[in-house]
Amino acid sequence: MSDATNASPALLDVHDVSKAFGAVEVLRSVSLQVKRGEVVTVIGPSGSGKTTLLRCVNFLESYDSGSIRIDGKEVGYREAGTRRRRSERDLAAMRAETGMVFQSFNLFPHLTAAGNIMLGLTKVRGKSQTEARQIAEHWLGRVGLAHKADSLPAELSGGQQQRVGIARAVAMEPKILLLDEITSALDPELVGEVLAVVRSLAEDGMTMLMVTHEMAFARDASSRIVFMADGGVSAVGPPKEILAAETSNERLRTFLARFRASHF
Amino acid sequence: MASQILYALPFLAKGFALTLWVSFLVVTLSLVAGVLLGVGLVYGPAPLRWAVRIFSDTIRGIPILVLMFFVYYGLPAIGLHLPSFWAAVLALTLFKTAQVIEYLRGAVASIPKGQSEAAMAIGLTFRQRLTSVIFPQAFRRFLPPWINGVTDAVKGSALVSLLGITDLMQAINQVIGRTYEAMPLYILGALIYFAVNYALSLASRRLERRFAFIRE
Repeated sequence: MSDATNASPALLDVHDVSKAFGAVEVLRSVSLQVKRGEVVTVIGPSGSGKTTLLRCVNFLESYDSGSIRIDGKEVGYREAGTRRRRSERDLAAMRAETGMVFQSFNLFPHLTAAGNIMLGLTKVRGKSQTEARQIAEHWLGRVGLAHKADSLPAELSGGQQQRVGIARAVAMEPKILLLDEITSALDPELVGEVLAVVRSLAEDGMTMLMVTHEMAFARDASSRIVFMADGGVSAVGPPKEILAAETSNERLRTFLARFRASHF
Repeated sequence: MASQILYALPFLAKGFALTLWVSFLVVTLSLVAGVLLGVGLVYGPAPLRWAVRIFSDTIRGIPILVLMFFVYYGLPAIGLHLPSFWAAVLALTLFKTAQVIEYLRGAVASIPKGQSEAAMAIGLTFRQRLTSVIFPQAFRRFLPPWINGVTDAVKGSALVSLLGITDLMQAINQVIGRTYEAMPLYILGALIYFAVNYALSLASRRLERRFAFIRE
């Protein structure tokens, strides 16, 4: 964990976060830092708490103890140590600073591609319709869907929908982008177009925390990989170190071996 | 015979106007009350949810007629004397409100959780999530049962005649009382009710098509 001691302050600082659903501990004292411009991918077997961790960062899930700070500001609670939730208005404002892309896209089916992107821009960022439309068109262009601005989600393929989902999140200019298994619901031939978009955002310096099963992508695109097992961070490090076959971490070795067996 | 009925037409028209007025009041008031209470049932704190649940289950378990007589003849016992017109409107509105609550709950429950989460994730507040994301989608599901309920309200308004209010039903009965022409007058009455409700379901079908998310 050499990066944690680095002098530059982390943009996202998850410190000692725990969470239980009833008797099941889904997060066990998780700590994790993401610096500005970093792409951190989270891997691990299903049920290891990856998605829950991601959902805690924008407070779609609450957590029982610990603290999560973005740019030094506590996310869901009024101050570290207390369990007093922020007001609805405060929470909404905090969430606007993080973008999220979902496994199942979650586009708004009653709005066009452009409309999906414009909603947050007009309601949350206070932009005019004209300005919001321009921004939406800009981002649709970036994800290669300029010609689909007026299509409804039902008229788009899965890969196209997910690219709109990404455009909707980044158009808000979030400090950090959270990506939750964004290619898991896609047909294999559509995965590439979505990952290409993520890669180009990474090249632009977008800070990202990404839960993924795409090992090749994690290897090539991330600054660091976090391996989670049983609700805890089991290993953190640069891709080369984490994905090395001869790692001494037994859980990780088993996970990678099983993964290789099923994917090659 | 024909001339007698023609002679009674203005009287029937007045009854018809009252039927429409009662229906309009009941439908409008129950829509406002039902949507507010329905939102309370879905999103409110536990005590409010329980209260709305008890209200809805109780009201839906009582025949409208019992409810109407209770409001008109029963409430004076606790000092609440309502004129027959408003007693009827109140009873029908209570009944309809309980239905609207259930339509709203069902419609909102049918929207996947991911929609709320996506709306939260871009920073929309609770109210913005409802008005910009949840309601526009739930509306499509709410509309068909609600329009059905509106036609029920028009038909059910005939019950107000039992409190001596001269709506279309009561007007028909009175004309029959004078002319003894039961058959043609009931057919006329049935046609009028049918025409109103048929127009409503046509309008509903057009609305449903307008709010479909797939262009045809």
